[in-house]
Amino acid sequence: MLPSPHSSSSSSEEKLATMEPQSPSTLPVFHIENVSCFYGRHKALEGVYMDIYEGKVTAIIGPSGCGKSTFLKILNRIGEMESNVRVDGKVQLLGKNIFARDINLNLLRRQVGMIFQHPNPFAMSIYDNVAYGIRTFHRLSRPALDEAVESALRSAALWDEVKDSLHQSGLALSGGQQQRLCIARALAVKPKVLLMDEPCSALDPIATLKIEELIQGLKQQLTIVIVTHNMQQAARVSEYTAFFSTDERRIGQLVEFDLTQKIFTEAEQPSTRDYVAGRFG
Amino acid sequence: MGFAVAPSTESSSLLTSSSTDDSLENAGKLPFLRTLLGDGGFKSLTFVAALIAGAVPFFVVALISRDAWPAIAKFGLPFLWEQDWNIDESIYGALPYLFGSLVSAFIALVLALPIGVAIAIVTSERVLPPWVQIPIAFLVELIAAIPSVIIGLWGVFVFTPAINPFQEFLYARFGWLPIFNTQPFGSSMLVAGIILAIMILPTIAAISREAFLAISADLRNGAFALGATQWETIIFVTMPAAISGILGGATLGLGRALGETMAVTMVIGNVAGIDFSLLSPGSTIPSILANQFSEALDPLHIGALMYLALVLFLITLGVNSLAIFMIRFLSRNA
Repeated sequence: MLPSPHSSSSSSEEKLATMEPQSPSTLPVFHIENVSCFYGRHKALEGVYMDIYEGKVTAIIGPSGCGKSTFLKILNRIGEMESNVRVDGKVQLLGKNIFARDINLNLLRRQVGMIFQHPNPFAMSIYDNVAYGIRTFHRLSRPALDEAVESALRSAALWDEVKDSLHQSGLALSGGQQQRLCIARALAVKPKVLLMDEPCSALDPIATLKIEELIQGLKQQLTIVIVTHNMQQAARVSEYTAFFSTDERRIGQLVEFDLTQKIFTEAEQPSTRDYVAGRFG
Repeated sequence: MGFAVAPSTESSSLLTSSSTDDSLENAGKLPFLRTLLGDGGFKSLTFVAALIAGAVPFFVVALISRDAWPAIAKFGLPFLWEQDWNIDESIYGALPYLFGSLVSAFIALVLALPIGVAIAIVTSERVLPPWVQIPIAFLVELIAAIPSVIIGLWGVFVFTPAINPFQEFLYARFGWLPIFNTQPFGSSMLVAGIILAIMILPTIAAISREAFLAISADLRNGAFALGATQWETIIFVTMPAAISGILGGATLGLGRALGETMAVTMVIGNVAGIDFSLLSPGSTIPSILANQFSEALDPLHIGALMYLALVLFLITLGVNSLAIFMIRFLSRNA
C-alpha cells in the first residue's frame, strides 16, 4: 500500500528539516521549496521540497510517470519550453530565484548543463560540437579554443578515442561515445551543475560503466543530479537519493530524500523500502 | 474432463477431412471469387497493377521518342544549343526555350527558398503558439490546390499590372545592370519567375516543415541546455540537421517550376530569343509546346516539339529523382 499523500508530503518536509544539520559542510546549490508542475490541467508533480548539495551526486529514482524527469527539467527551466507546462513554487540556484523576472535563461542554462536520455550530438564535427557552447558566448582565439575543446574532451574521458578524428561528424561515433561527446559539450561551458536525464538508458553495459566512472570523476568539479530507473546505478554513483512516486491521484510526489546509503538500507517510508527491494507495483 | 477431450476429437477430424477426398469436394462449393482469387490470384493481380504503374514512364519515353525521331535524326544533339526556331524553313533549335525554362525556374527557386524555409521555421519551431502555426501551414499548403490556370489569370489581370511599376523602377534605376536593361511592358521573365515562386512555395515549405518536425526535441533542447538562444538553435543546430530535407524540397520545387505550363505561358510573353534582361519577355519549353502543338502538322515540326518534350522530361526526371533521393536517403542518415 502506498502512504496517503498527506502523510508522504508532510514526512518529506520533516525529512528535509532533519537533513540539513546532517551536512553542515556543504552548501545547497539548489534550494527547492514547494514546487509543483502542471501539464495543462493535469498536475504532474506536487509539493517538492529538496536541497541539492554542492559537489555531490544526487540520484532521483522512482517508477515511470512519477515526475522525475519533469522535476529535473524544472531545474534548468527547459521543461517549460513545451507548450502548456506551468511550474509553481520556489527554486533557488545559489540563493537566486530562477523564476525571477530578470533571470537570463541563457545564462541559467549555461550554469546548469543537461545530458539527455538519448545522445543528441549536433549534425557537425566532434570539434564543433564541443566548441558550440563556447562560441555562443565567447570569441576565443584558435589556440585557446583548441585547448578548451581538448580539456572538455579529456574531462569526458573521450579525448584519447577521438583526438585523431576531431573533424569527423559527431554522428559517426558509437552510442556511448556520442553520450560522452554530449557530456564534453556540456562541460565545455563550465556549468556549476550537470543534470543527467537517464543518461545510460540507451547504452550497453560497458558504455554505462564508463559513464558511471566519469560521474565519479566529475563530482570533484561540479554538482550532479542524475535521474535513473536503475537502482543499482543510483546506489553506485550517488551520495544522496530522492525517491519519487505517484499517489492514488496519479500525481508525482517526493516520498523520501536522504543519504543514498540510508535509502537503500533503512528507508523510513514503507513504499521506499518496497521500491528499493524490487517489490513495487 | 470433457474440455480436455474435445481438442483431440477436433484434431482427429481435421486430419481425416484433409486426408480424404472430402476436402476436394468442399473446394468446389467455395464462393466463385474465392476460387478465382485465392491468395495467389490476389498477389498476381497487385503485381500486375504495380508493373503497369511502373511501366508508365518507359511507355511515355518510348512514345515521345518515336514521335521525336524525325527531329532527333535530322538535328541530333546540336538541337540543344541551336537558337533558331523557324517553322517556314524547318529549322529548329531548343536553346531559347531551354534558357527560358532554366532562368524562370531559377528565379522562382531563389525567391521561394528563403520564404519557404522561413514558413517552415515559423510553422514548426516553438516560435509561435500552435493555434497560429497550424492555420498558417494549412493556408500555405492550400496554395498548391489552386488550379494553375487560375494563378495564370490572376497573374495576367492582377499581378502583372500591379508589379509593372516595380519593373519600370528597376529599369529606370538599375537599367545599367544587364539583367534589367530592357524596357518592361508587363509580361516578362521576372513576372513568370515570381508567379512560379508562388506556385512552388507550398512544396518547399511543406517538405522543409516535415524535415524540421522530424528532428527530435532532444536535439533542440541540447542546444538550449548550453545556453543558446532560439535563433542560434534554429540556425546552427536545427537547420544543419534538416538540411537534406530542405534541399530536397527545394529540388522538388525546382522540378515543379521547370514543368509548370499554364500559368507561365500566360505571363511570360512567349517571345522566342535569348535576352539576359529579366524584364524582357521570354518562353519556356512547356510554353512553346502549349502554344504550337495545335498548329503543328509537319512531322519535323511535331518531331522538334516532341524532342523538346523529351529534353524537358529528362531534366525533370533527373531533378525529381535527385529530390527523392535527398529526402529519403540523406535525411535518414542525419
